[in-house]
Amino acid sequence: MSYELSHLRELEAESIHIFREVASEFERPALMFSGGKDSIVMLRLAEKAFHPCKIPFPVLHVDTGHNFPEVIEFRDRRLAEVGARLIVGSVQERIDSGQLKEEPGLNPSRNQLQTPVLLESIEENEFDALFGGARRDEEKARAKERVYSFRDDFGQWDPKNQRPELWSLYNGRTRKGEHIRVFPISNWTELDIWQYIEAEKVEIPQIYYSHQREIVERDGMLIATGPLNTLAEGETAYTETVRYRTIGCMTVTGAVESDADTIEKVIAEVAGTRITERGATRADDRVSEAAMEDRKKEGYF
Amino acid sequence: MAEILRFATAGSVDDGKSTLIGRLLYDTKTIFQDQMDAVEKASENLGTEGPNLALLTDGLRAEREQGITIDVAYRYFATPKRKFIIADTPGHIQYTRNMVTGASTADLAIVLLDARHGVVEQSKRHAFLASLLRIPHLVLAVNKMDLVDFSEEQFNKVADEFRDFASRLDIPDLTFIPVSALLGDNVVDRSENTPWYDGPTLLTHLEQVHIASDRNMIDVRFPVQYVLRPQSEEYHDFRGFAGTVAGGVMKPGDEVMVLPSGFTTRIASIETMDGPVEEAFAPMSVTVTLEDEIDISRGDMLCRPNNSPTVTQDIDAMVCWMTADEKFAPGMKLAIKHTTRNARVMVKDVQYRLDINSLHRDESSDLLELNEIGRVTLRCTQPLFVDEYRRNRTTGSFILIDEHTNTTVGAGMILGVAE
Ligand SMILES: Nc1nc2c(ncn2[C@@H]2O[C@H](COP(=O)(O)OP(=O)(O)OP(=O)(O)O)[C@@H](O)[C@H]2O)c(=O)[nH]1
Ligand SMILES: [Mg+2]
Repeated sequence: MSYELSHLRELEAESIHIFREVASEFERPALMFSGGKDSIVMLRLAEKAFHPCKIPFPVLHVDTGHNFPEVIEFRDRRLAEVGARLIVGSVQERIDSGQLKEEPGLNPSRNQLQTPVLLESIEENEFDALFGGARRDEEKARAKERVYSFRDDFGQWDPKNQRPELWSLYNGRTRKGEHIRVFPISNWTELDIWQYIEAEKVEIPQIYYSHQREIVERDGMLIATGPLNTLAEGETAYTETVRYRTIGCMTVTGAVESDADTIEKVIAEVAGTRITERGATRADDRVSEAAMEDRKKEGYF
Repeated sequence: MAEILRFATAGSVDDGKSTLIGRLLYDTKTIFQDQMDAVEKASENLGTEGPNLALLTDGLRAEREQGITIDVAYRYFATPKRKFIIADTPGHIQYTRNMVTGASTADLAIVLLDARHGVVEQSKRHAFLASLLRIPHLVLAVNKMDLVDFSEEQFNKVADEFRDFASRLDIPDLTFIPVSALLGDNVVDRSENTPWYDGPTLLTHLEQVHIASDRNMIDVRFPVQYVLRPQSEEYHDFRGFAGTVAGGVMKPGDEVMVLPSGFTTRIASIETMDGPVEEAFAPMSVTVTLEDEIDISRGDMLCRPNNSPTVTQDIDAMVCWMTADEKFAPGMKLAIKHTTRNARVMVKDVQYRLDINSLHRDESSDLLELNEIGRVTLRCTQPLFVDEYRRNRTTGSFILIDEHTNTTVGAGMILGVAE
């Protein structure tokens, strides 16, 4: 018998350790859940951490109102299976009530509007820890972030003054009003996520697999058509065989051309790709060189 | 062979750590096209000639503006042989706490030296920290060989200088490699400029280094992290103790002792959501059930009756002090986190402060300032269950937290019980 773990088991063990640590040391944690593959894996890891007990914290969805319908259906079904309580922070409601203003222009992104809603939900519910499914391999500012990422009263991240974080000894001390963003899958890569989904037979929304969809090409990305998407002059919609690598706001998340209709094929595709998932599919991250760092400083996920 | 190797860079400012990691990622074709495009564009904006590979890890705005690394960047790559988790750490002394953060979990450290300048104070500090943190494998990468005409003589001179310093440290495994991070010599591809060097390239070494034996498989240590009591119909009487194995191998049927109570019982089962397992070892996260009903809570520890950690309130340790806000001094009170235990400590004594350059023990000082390392004695409000750090990196380590600012201000490595 050799006492060695496969890389997925080692990553899983590290994540479970972090979930348990937070559940022990914080009073009001919550798990941020978008319905995307990372948050689905997070949910599975949380289940594993507390089995045979139920997950001892609620799930928070910051809902842009620009969702893929498949994803909302999936969210509700999956959370019911797990028995987790869902709290929704709704961007749409705040737009309707006039608290927030839709960005100008055709097909506005609601990415920026998520931050105030998230921060408000944190305040309202007095959350002191929020689990996020961000991975360090996603983006260069995230590559710099601690597993326990301290946020001040305003939800801000200070990248130049992060707490030291040694071994697996996490410092979760906060004052009232401050909180910690916790990233249990910091050390996972996109490929690890897919391999784990395969190994664990985790169900994910069908739109991650190859399907026919009406799309329009915009800024080099393939954006789904539909009621949220008004075609600009000169744009023509057409049908393509695509799948999604990430799931976000429908108006800004691009699909990729793909025939991968099984998890095996998706893994082969991801292993061979030359473009990062954000580069391929997220207009919101392309805004500027330091777009992610700037948004994180303000309290973004 | 262990599938994941965690390694960290170390060494002085501008010796080429980030460039080396960039080169490693680039030559292993790990860099995605859009990342490379962004780096090329950013390099242009900063006015450098050609893509600056250090920008692959120096991702913060301030880092790019100043051309230095401020905080650790974590990067990932894989070859058919292994998966790698890289911590690219800052060389600047001001950010030593971030270097320590990145190095604390590493199986291996690459200490870079500039072939022109050899061993400088910061290289000594980092090599010392690597040995203090007991990173079992050290690679000394003599970098910028292109600037010394790939001279064997210069390589040997620098290597000897380092060997001389390192002989006074406890470094179990030390490997020297001449490289040019900028041009790629001996990083992934063997260099034609160093025919006199017949050792492995950096990547080959990273793929081959044997790390499995570095984990403690002898002394059973299981800090209880969380108690699972479902009280559901299906699991009516279930009481499980969840945690991460910190040492040894646990099996159902094994006799265990619970600390601090001292009660003994047997392991009934080792549970996971995927079903029970026959064995658990570090770093598995599992849930243990016991044959007898014993009152156990977070912060307690399971071990073997004939092999237990030391139970003590008086700790003798090396401490690395990480704040400029205040000095570490006798009488000071701090919060401590050790395995799953939280308590408070009072500083009793600073036995000596280490001079990094000479490794001289300065016994006249009873203070530690920012980035200083010293041997100290602490008195804890509660007993801790400790092992020597050299025997177990988990039960031998702790952090110190300032109770007012809540920030982590000290990192400790236990030597034993203080008299
Ligand atoms: N000629 C030459 N220049 C190099 C080499 N490696 C790095 N450099 C240059 O040295 C400078 C500093 O490199 P970095 O990689 O940023 O150094 P660093 O060690 O990461 O610095 P800090 O993270 O701030 O401590 C840059 O201008 C690099 O281009 C090399 O092998 N040869
Ligand atoms: Mg650097």
